[in-house]
Amino acid sequence: MKMAARVIDVHKDYVLKGGVTVRALRGVSIDFPEGDFVAIMGSSGSGKSTLLNLLGCLDRATKGQYILAGEDVSELDDNELSDIRSRYLGFIFQSYNLIAQLTVVENIELPLYYQGNVSREARARCLETAEMVGLGDRLDHRPYQLSGGQQQRVAIARALVNNPRVILADEPTGNLDSATGEEIIQILEALNAAGKTIILVTHEAAIAARAHRTLRMRDGLLDHHVPAEAV
Amino acid sequence: MGSKVWQTLRLGLKSLLLHKLRSGLAILGILIGVTAVIWLVAMGEGVSYQAQQQIKDLGANNIIVRSTKPPADATRGGGFVIAYGLLRDDYERIVANVPTLTQAVPMREITREARYLDYVTDVRLVGCTAKYVDMNNLRMARGRFLSDKDLEDAVNVCVVGDETARALFPYQDPVGEFLQIEDAFYVVIGQTRSRTPSAGIGGSMAAQDFNFDVYIPLTTLRDRIGDMVVTSRAGSREGEQVELSQVTVTVRELEEVDETAEIIRKLLQRFHPVVDYAIVVPKELLQQAQVLQMMFNLLLVLIAGIALLVGGIGIMNIMLATVTERTREIGIRRALGAKQRDIVTQFLSETVVLSATGGLLGVFFGFLCHPAITGTRAVMSRLFPDVMTSLPPNIQQLEPRIAPWSIIAAFLISVGVGVVFGLYPAQRAAKMDPIEALRHE
Repeated sequence: MKMAARVIDVHKDYVLKGGVTVRALRGVSIDFPEGDFVAIMGSSGSGKSTLLNLLGCLDRATKGQYILAGEDVSELDDNELSDIRSRYLGFIFQSYNLIAQLTVVENIELPLYYQGNVSREARARCLETAEMVGLGDRLDHRPYQLSGGQQQRVAIARALVNNPRVILADEPTGNLDSATGEEIIQILEALNAAGKTIILVTHEAAIAARAHRTLRMRDGLLDHHVPAEAV
Repeated sequence: MGSKVWQTLRLGLKSLLLHKLRSGLAILGILIGVTAVIWLVAMGEGVSYQAQQQIKDLGANNIIVRSTKPPADATRGGGFVIAYGLLRDDYERIVANVPTLTQAVPMREITREARYLDYVTDVRLVGCTAKYVDMNNLRMARGRFLSDKDLEDAVNVCVVGDETARALFPYQDPVGEFLQIEDAFYVVIGQTRSRTPSAGIGGSMAAQDFNFDVYIPLTTLRDRIGDMVVTSRAGSREGEQVELSQVTVTVRELEEVDETAEIIRKLLQRFHPVVDYAIVVPKELLQQAQVLQMMFNLLLVLIAGIALLVGGIGIMNIMLATVTERTREIGIRRALGAKQRDIVTQFLSETVVLSATGGLLGVFFGFLCHPAITGTRAVMSRLFPDVMTSLPPNIQQLEPRIAPWSIIAAFLISVGVGVVFGLYPAQRAAKMDPIEALRHE
């Protein structure tokens, strides 16, 4: 099976100001085959945010390997990681994280813009993606003119526009009522059905149940790694 | 590539429009700086042009020899008459002995009262030769100037200055009328055009205002009025005997000026044991004025530079606030693939848009320098007429001259200020940890 992403024995330590070291990840290994739909659950402090940051190439592991789309990205510098993010990754956040002064289409365009792609085709691709999430008639609206569900759909379009290998969704329904949340989940399911690899972080069991599989994290380890005596 | 630059600038503009008042104030800071540069340089240039023009009017190729009154106990003659200054013989000697000379114009001036019918005014009565008119760049408004023949025959003719004509002949053409000075009458044969006064030269030469003049042939002045000038002062009478007030020597080449001045000095030394004359070289004044001007300009540029610096600090302040406020946006952009360089470019382009807008507006207001100064002068002379008239004429008549280089320099400096003062906030934005930035509320 072709792997979209592989995490191999990853550790992450934070050194706090007082000199205390926090071991946020203590050796995590997971494979994400292409077309996977995974939910990651865990209480706060379990290390799931740290893992998501590593998967999103926003941070680097203290130890271990991260292979994304067949490329080892564990040793890349800030510049190269930015490049990887714009080409291989799509982000969906809990609070949508649209840029207020930009229109819908300009928000969607950002990943392509940072790839250096401002061509006519790029613009066409944005319009197509907006159409796909049902926002074809809101292209020139500003985020504040849209409902929460619509904003999250803009964010999904933005995460899709660069045709990423992995979509990372951090509590995508957290700020939405259940009906709108359901719509968003359905969009994600449809994307997955079309072959997209989706990694979803959530603390709602009902949402996690929609994924193919669920990983639980505790104390910087995946549940199946947790030694028996610690449980 | 071009479209990316364009897009960056467009997005920068968009972000700035989000905070119109704040951006407006930052622009105002730069605007004032740029306008200050252009105005101050324009005023400096105006003053400089005026001064240099006045000195040039004296003629760079000229050497001016003037009679000066020596200390009271060192004069020729006795009794109540003080005799001093250049002699007609001196003039002859200069003409005969200075090889580089192309012309020498002698002149005698005294203050007299001139009358026409009921009109009376004080004038500068100038006895001179026909060449006087060209040497002083005077132009005729009516009639003609004195001729060599007028001098030869010592006829009673005169040419009046612009203000003199206005004072004595307010409603008519003066040419052909009779003007009375003391008990003699002179036929007016011409009127000169108005001319800006020439520069005053230290103690030896006051500024010459040619507009209150009456010109008569030097020979006529000698016959009718003589060399003696008697003035009554505090009950006692005092006479001054001066043959010539001034001899202006012109040489062919600028390089010959200093040498010729030296020859004249040596020549006069032999016949004047007491120094009762002064030799003025306008060329030197011109050079001094230029040096002074440069220092003056430098000072103005310094002041304007401080204004721009303050504007730059304003921009930096605002950009730092903006960066803090948009921390989350920076995080989002970083997550979507923006490199540190992209963030620097984004914020830098915003500051450059700010400062360039300020620069352009500043240039626009810079061009309003002339009407602004004229307007201020008009308002000031209406509100405080006393203050205005007490100002030196250089300031009253100041015409700012906008220097093209100052416009280009001011604009480029304003953009430069934007880059320099925008760099630190932009770097700060770029160095943020994307994870921290995303978490920022």
